[in-house]
Amino acid sequence: MADQELDARGLNCPLPILRAKKALNGLTSGQTLKIIATDPGSVKDFQAFAKQTGNQLMESNEAGGEYTFVLKKA
Amino acid sequence: MAGKSSKKMAIIATKGTLDWAYPPFILGSTAAALGFEVKIFFTFYGLQLLKKDLNLKISPLGNPGMPMPMGMDKWFPVLGTAIPGMEAMMTMMMKSKMKAKGVASIEELRSLSLEADVKMIACQMTVDLFDFKQSDLIDGVEYAGASMFLGFAGDTDICLFM
Repeated sequence: MADQELDARGLNCPLPILRAKKALNGLTSGQTLKIIATDPGSVKDFQAFAKQTGNQLMESNEAGGEYTFVLKKA
Repeated sequence: MAGKSSKKMAIIATKGTLDWAYPPFILGSTAAALGFEVKIFFTFYGLQLLKKDLNLKISPLGNPGMPMPMGMDKWFPVLGTAIPGMEAMMTMMMKSKMKAKGVASIEELRSLSLEADVKMIACQMTVDLFDFKQSDLIDGVEYAGASMFLGFAGDTDICLFM
């Protein structure tokens, strides 16, 4: 569904954000990036990341200790 | 990078231990990912963080806030933390714990920072004071003094001393 997927499971702050930023650099405007993380802090971090960079946070879900985010590149 | 009129952050890094190496590189790399223009000024012991060969340690000595594994603080009160080999052991334990918890190494955070265009400045005065050579430090470092830092810091949104 998403144009690209990033597995950030097991990574701690700030690595999920840094890896996501890197992955976004490779996408074009309007493409989406799905991130799967296990760091509970990443929920607030991805909200803040989206707000400050203008990339839209389309989805933010939690299930079974895993957090899934979908970012749409600005 | 993120378009927008970019915000700026300046950090002074003055400590050269493993624990204190994290804040400047975590905030520096993250701010760069958020589109900030970042400069970190390394002075005194902070220069250790720019060495090509990082050999950062953590010491329980004089640090009552440091959580010790396995109730070791009971067995090694105050003076016990000065036992030879204690520092090396605590450093090893801390590093393996960080790895197990998915915390990035300083090497990784530093190279991610450089990749994200975080500018690193070594304080020329302390480089001279400690007889460091430019070849001891990583490439891409600028060498400057207080005026250069203040010139940038005066214009920043966030300015931190660590």
